[in-house]
Amino acid sequence: MTAYTELAQTWRRQAHGALVIVKKNALLYYLKPPVLIFGVLFPVFFFLAFKMGRPIPAESIVPGMVAMALWFTASAVGPLVTPWERRAKTYERLISTPVSVRAILAGDVVSGLIFGACLSVVPILLGLALTDASIFGAAELAGGIVLGALSFAALGVLLAAPPASSPSNIMLLSNLVRLPLLFVSGVFLPIAQMPGWARWIAPISPLSYAGDMIRSGFGQPTYFPAWLSPIMLVAFTVLLFWGACAFHRRWRAKGL
Amino acid sequence: MNDHADPVIAVRGLVKRFGPVTAVAGVDFDVQTGELFGFLGPNGAGKTTTVRMLTGVLEPSDGTATIQDHDIRTESLLSRAHLGVVPEEANVYLDLTVWRNLMLMAELHGVPRRQRVSEGERLLEALGLAERKLHKARTLSKGLRQRLMLCAALVTAPEILFLDEPTSGLDVASARLIRQIVRKLNDDDGLTVFLTTHNMDEAEKMCSRVAIIDQGRIVAIDTPERLRSAMRSSQYLEVALTGGQVGSPELERLPGTLRVSHEGDRVRLYGEQPGRLALEVARLAEAKGLEIAHLCTHKPSLEDVFLYFTGDRAQEVEQ
Repeated sequence: MTAYTELAQTWRRQAHGALVIVKKNALLYYLKPPVLIFGVLFPVFFFLAFKMGRPIPAESIVPGMVAMALWFTASAVGPLVTPWERRAKTYERLISTPVSVRAILAGDVVSGLIFGACLSVVPILLGLALTDASIFGAAELAGGIVLGALSFAALGVLLAAPPASSPSNIMLLSNLVRLPLLFVSGVFLPIAQMPGWARWIAPISPLSYAGDMIRSGFGQPTYFPAWLSPIMLVAFTVLLFWGACAFHRRWRAKGL
Repeated sequence: MNDHADPVIAVRGLVKRFGPVTAVAGVDFDVQTGELFGFLGPNGAGKTTTVRMLTGVLEPSDGTATIQDHDIRTESLLSRAHLGVVPEEANVYLDLTVWRNLMLMAELHGVPRRQRVSEGERLLEALGLAERKLHKARTLSKGLRQRLMLCAALVTAPEILFLDEPTSGLDVASARLIRQIVRKLNDDDGLTVFLTTHNMDEAEKMCSRVAIIDQGRIVAIDTPERLRSAMRSSQYLEVALTGGQVGSPELERLPGTLRVSHEGDRVRLYGEQPGRLALEVARLAEAKGLEIAHLCTHKPSLEDVFLYFTGDRAQEVEQ
């Protein structure tokens, strides 16, 4: 067997392992009624909270709603999978299988991507049905959703790395990171209209770029150049995933 | 056992440190193909840490180990592909059914669909879980969960099975079933088994060779029989004589007697061949017109060997 075929076989095995992890996550964590209900209701209530009593055209808030729903759903469960598994002692079993930590985390990221992307359909449909919003660029919208969900899920997996004694500690950390980023990402207020300091911070959030791509998909003006957002989302995904792998490897035996 | 065969597990100077604490302080041993190898030690001796390093859960601080010639550090994925692991605490997915748990483990090991289904069915039947196939693991008792763990480890068709205190805290029936199945797999299929246990009786009955680890170091390694015979001087003949008195000096003069001790109305004569001592005592009793009220020989058990090598520490840990 040549080195090339050996490498290809290893990659194929690891990709298969990642898909098994996706299946496991779906069965154990994502396809649970409370998680699904949260995923559907959350965007609906956010949408209503934004829409009611505000003298702004409803269609202008649809992209922000989609981006926010995506932000919360794609990164919702990822931070908790490893802490839950550590607590249930199943993590030890998982890392003793011939599936690498990288493949396990890739499976966690893909789980978050699928969950976030699927549930983002809810605010899109609501926006299309209840407002005058319409889709002008399906590719930009789909790209924003997929690349956004990917980077958000990678962030979620990175947040799962610290060896916390309780999953609630990770939940706290997760909210401490995600909520401030939400406010500087132009979801509530376009980045161009935010104060100067906030405009400096906005580029460090992947949500800013995903929101911009989604906004472009709905035919609304964007803050960043069209070419920059997908590049930045890919860069965020790579960086966050690399960090997640490094920290998970470093701390994998903690708390077993 | 062929000592010159290529070992399936080869451990050289394996070390694990947790900050200032050295849990495993440079252990060396080999496990041969088809061997049922016991790894014994008191709590905190480094058993589980060693198993965790060998199964890829922990990164060694120093030293090397190979599993089927694959280095556990540089070829971790390849070395793990050969293993089935049953940890002390059954860590099944409680919200998945018995069958899903089994299939998940097989899929993670890349077992082809047809093989994992047929093997899964066979194992559930063999371990008495077939009727609970569609029950959630949450509903199983501790013993049944441990059986499920064994099924999940075996469905991956491992070449080496790691069992970390597999019968600890189980009911008698479950513990016996697990022992029988492991023994059968080792005898019939030649499966290599690495068993860590506290249970000396279990180790003595099951293991072809044992290593005793204490404070992170291997203090003894051999077959149970050879370890026991290494303690020949602690073998003794216990005797109680009635109808008269025999003094200690007289008993000490009996051929083969190393020393004599008194335990109530019984006398213990230590020697390397307690059977021959019995003949000498019988001759002495006949010559003196005494009656033998009690006579028995004692050979050291694996527990004696264990306590001998681990000293008071095992007892301290117990306490």
